[in-house]
Amino acid sequence: MAALPVKSQNDTVSTPAPTVLIIEDEPQMRRFLRPALEGQGYRVLEAATAADGLVQASSHNPELVLLDLGLPDGDGLDVTRRLREWSTAPIVVVSARGQEADKVAALDAGADDYLTKPFGMPELLARLRVAERHAAQVRADVVDPVFEASGLRVDLATRRVMRDGQELHLTRLEYKLLATLVRYAGRVVTHRQLLKEVWGPSAVNESQYLRVYMTQLRHKIEKDPARPSLLTTEIGVGYRLCAESVALAPD
Amino acid sequence: MTPARQDPDALIQRLQSEQRRARPGKLKVFFGAAPGVGKTYSMLEAAQHMRSGGADVVVGWVDTHGRPETAALLAGLELLPRRQAKYRGVALEELDVDAALLRRPALLLVDELAHTNSEGSRHRKRWQDVMELLDAGIDVWTTVNVQHIESLNDVVAQITSIRVRETIPDSVLEQADEIELVDLPPEALIERLRQGKVYLPEQAQRAVAHFFRKGNLLALRELALRSTAERVDADVRAYRREHGITDTWPAAERILVCVGPGPHAARLVRAARRMAAGLRADWTAIYVEIPSHARLPQEDRDWVTQHLRLAESLGGRVATLSGESAGETLLAYAREHNATKILLGKPTHSRWRDFFGGSLLDQVIRGSGDIEVHVSSGDPVEGASRRPPAILNLHSRPASYLGSLAAVALATAVAFVMNGHFQTTDLVLVFLLATTYVAVRFGRGPSMVAATLGVAAFDFLFVPPRFTFTVADVIYLPTFGVMLVVGLIVSTLAARVRERAEAARAQAQWSATLHAFARELAHARDVDTIAAATVGQIEVALGGPSTVLVARNEGALTMIPAASGFAVDENEAAVARWAYEHARQAGQGTDTLPGAVALYLPLQSGARTLGVVGFRSADGRPLTEANRRQMLEALAQQAAGALERALLAEEAEQIALRARTEELRNTLLSSVSHDLRTPLAAIVGSATALLTPDGALTAPQRTDLVRTIQDEAEHLSRLVANLLAMTRLEAGQLAIAREWVPIEEIVGSALVHFGSRLDTRRVDVRIAGEIAMAHVDPVLVEQALVNLIENAVQHTPAGTPIEIVATQDDAWLEVEVLDRGPGLPAGSEARVFDKFFRGPGARAGGSGLGLAICRGVIVAHGGTIEASNRAGGGTVVRLRLPVGGKPPAIPAETDGGLTGEESE
Repeated sequence: MAALPVKSQNDTVSTPAPTVLIIEDEPQMRRFLRPALEGQGYRVLEAATAADGLVQASSHNPELVLLDLGLPDGDGLDVTRRLREWSTAPIVVVSARGQEADKVAALDAGADDYLTKPFGMPELLARLRVAERHAAQVRADVVDPVFEASGLRVDLATRRVMRDGQELHLTRLEYKLLATLVRYAGRVVTHRQLLKEVWGPSAVNESQYLRVYMTQLRHKIEKDPARPSLLTTEIGVGYRLCAESVALAPD
Repeated sequence: MTPARQDPDALIQRLQSEQRRARPGKLKVFFGAAPGVGKTYSMLEAAQHMRSGGADVVVGWVDTHGRPETAALLAGLELLPRRQAKYRGVALEELDVDAALLRRPALLLVDELAHTNSEGSRHRKRWQDVMELLDAGIDVWTTVNVQHIESLNDVVAQITSIRVRETIPDSVLEQADEIELVDLPPEALIERLRQGKVYLPEQAQRAVAHFFRKGNLLALRELALRSTAERVDADVRAYRREHGITDTWPAAERILVCVGPGPHAARLVRAARRMAAGLRADWTAIYVEIPSHARLPQEDRDWVTQHLRLAESLGGRVATLSGESAGETLLAYAREHNATKILLGKPTHSRWRDFFGGSLLDQVIRGSGDIEVHVSSGDPVEGASRRPPAILNLHSRPASYLGSLAAVALATAVAFVMNGHFQTTDLVLVFLLATTYVAVRFGRGPSMVAATLGVAAFDFLFVPPRFTFTVADVIYLPTFGVMLVVGLIVSTLAARVRERAEAARAQAQWSATLHAFARELAHARDVDTIAAATVGQIEVALGGPSTVLVARNEGALTMIPAASGFAVDENEAAVARWAYEHARQAGQGTDTLPGAVALYLPLQSGARTLGVVGFRSADGRPLTEANRRQMLEALAQQAAGALERALLAEEAEQIALRARTEELRNTLLSSVSHDLRTPLAAIVGSATALLTPDGALTAPQRTDLVRTIQDEAEHLSRLVANLLAMTRLEAGQLAIAREWVPIEEIVGSALVHFGSRLDTRRVDVRIAGEIAMAHVDPVLVEQALVNLIENAVQHTPAGTPIEIVATQDDAWLEVEVLDRGPGLPAGSEARVFDKFFRGPGARAGGSGLGLAICRGVIVAHGGTIEASNRAGGGTVVRLRLPVGGKPPAIPAETDGGLTGEESE
């Protein structure tokens, strides 16, 4: 936080743009990410190695980190852990398909979300937006008590769940599960995180609990539970409560 | 005689000894007759010379003993820091082997080769450190005095009356590539001693006057000169042999030396070694175990082990035989192995024993035929206590003596009844019967007691005057004598029968153990089973836990878990590693790293070391008994044979797998190169069109080109993903991580994967039993479903519906993907799952891999997949997956509180 006054001095000319640090060893990835992100109003920092990434992160204190998991000089998981020792900036990890275990490990180590290569720009921007908003909420220590998307309305203050204006009846655990996903709306939440928050630390390996309750929840919430639009499965990783309609809504 | 007479063993041993000499590092020994002749000085002088020539010389260990002229020679040489060891509170310094291995100089100086390392060092002796350094490719120069040579140990002791405890095996000296004799006339040495220029260790100082007598020094000098000359002679012979000069090639001599229990045989072994060295002969130390040895105390058996070990360390071979008669067994072995000489110790027992038991010496000499028999002195060495001969060994359990007492009492009772009806002398037979019974039942000691008691009872109760020990008639005296002698003979014979039976039983048990193990191994096909069988058999045979470590992939030792195996910690693993790398025993009860808690034996098959077996005795004491150790070695050898078989099979399988993968890769590459090029061509074409500056493109055209790039890139991405999946599948690297998942979740995830691509079609999903779960790998099954849906999308016209139907019973989960496309060409139903199969009229862009991957995944789950045409047109692909048991129970919610009801 000590870096903040310095930064505001530098940024006096334009509106404060969020800084994204890209830690990625492939130059062609950085080549397309930089203009694409700058076009969206982000300030972009680049690092090609884990070591440089950590140095840049500590000297510039970026608002967002985009981290490739396959770095030549150390694994991204380690970078995630090291960053989390002192920084709360959201980390979005990027990895290849088939590395589900790595993604889960990075998410459990404190990363906020992930993208699988190849990914499209809209997907990347959506992830960054969600991560940014979530970080802002954590900083301000306020959670929007009402979640609304695709006809679903969850009021955390009154513990009411409405679907197209109709009150839904959820069991205690179903509600707890939904409320947890609402708090992380738009972000992927790993099986482990969900099990820990809803069932407690001793149940982190009982993924069948989660699967059964998630199916029940879908049948109550989704229009077509076999083609979910709200409670989507990130296979091998976890679940996501899609909140894009909220993100796109005018503030 | 021609070289054809040599048996193959001898040839192999010669080859091995040559291999040993072909160590990567070279050993040079500065050899002297006595302390003070200037070995260290000569070595340092030569080292300085080497250094000035630019050689990388490092001093590993040199003690100048404060002599300034020697210390001056250390100037400019790099000194390796010494290892600081502490033993019983005394700080000690040792050669740091690890530091030397790390530093890897071209030449390392290590003084005093015969030094014994302090407790806790890697090796017990410094020469073992040096061997390791040589193996690592470091040249070593060292110093040694003649009295430290193992085979000359006795001779030196005879000359000087001082027994040197620190010895090195002759084989070490033989392996030296160069020996430099450092010679000083005795007068000059005595002069130097007077000037205080000779350093002597404290314990030797008392003996100085005695040791440095001119007579001693002359004798020692002669010994040193002769040893060096022998060595030169050997070098000449080796040269002749290498160059095919065979006319003076001596007959292949083979010497057998027979060692027995007791301390005397060490000297015999050394004599054999000297004789063998002189004749350039092979020699073998033999121990013949005869039935009566079964009752030898442990201490004597340990002597045998020690002698055999000594023989091994002196470069001899070792054999343990068992038989009824030591002489016959020895001679049979000698003939079988073409021995030319047999060396025996002088008998140390009295002659009457030979009279009863037969003399080994006599037997061997009579039966030796053309084999020369040498008899060497078997005087006890100093410090070794004479033990009573084994014949007087009356160790039996007290209960046996009570039994003997009871038998005599019963005989007395019977005799009492018979008395009066029979002649008094006939009663003797009853007592003899009792003595015989006791001998058979309880062994020698009790039967001798019975014989004596019998005589006494007979005299007291039945010989007139009765109830006194007085004998009235002289006629009874021979009766007593005969009674006693017969009793003794019977007891000896009976005891021998008993011992033979016991030896036979032990032999049978040994054979049975090995036989059972061989049978067990015959069925074991893989390394894990063999390891488990080995650990199990060792536990049965030796009553202690063991562990098997196998070297796979060029030397990384991995522990093979077995039921009763013990876990190896870091320290123990290092000991095991040493045993593996050096193909020698290490750990508890050996000379290398004896501080370990277990004994490690290399598992050797032929020239190859496959791994290590570790054994930890149940009582934590070292395994010293010769027969138990041999049992362990025999088991290890059998295990090694089986292991080699299994490892070879494993390797063959891996090679086959690699070949298959390689073949697949080639096929894949040639098959998909076209499929890879097409989308790339579209991407490059579109991109260049967009970059053309003339502005001829309309906005919709530009959008169209951009979309082409996107579509083709995505297509390429799918293709690459499929290629990777296929390669992984074929390489057998597919790990199935099963979890309990509802199929609805997998179907849902697969459909979400397609995003808006399915918006143009009707997709019907029907799932019976929403929360029925199956134990499958969700990631892989989703991939299979994605491929099936992709296939349906690609092969059917836009707008036609797709259906997904899932049903589940207790055993099987069935999923069908149905379409209303053109269906499958007749006869291709089974082939659609083959790699690179493409239906006629398939849209360009399919790789022919999607369905093959699908089948791979489903088959890996133990399921089935099939495709057929649908009634009314279209295709149905049906996959069946085993549910995998009963899903775990989900605890019910207790309070059942619902939202919306509980509020307010």
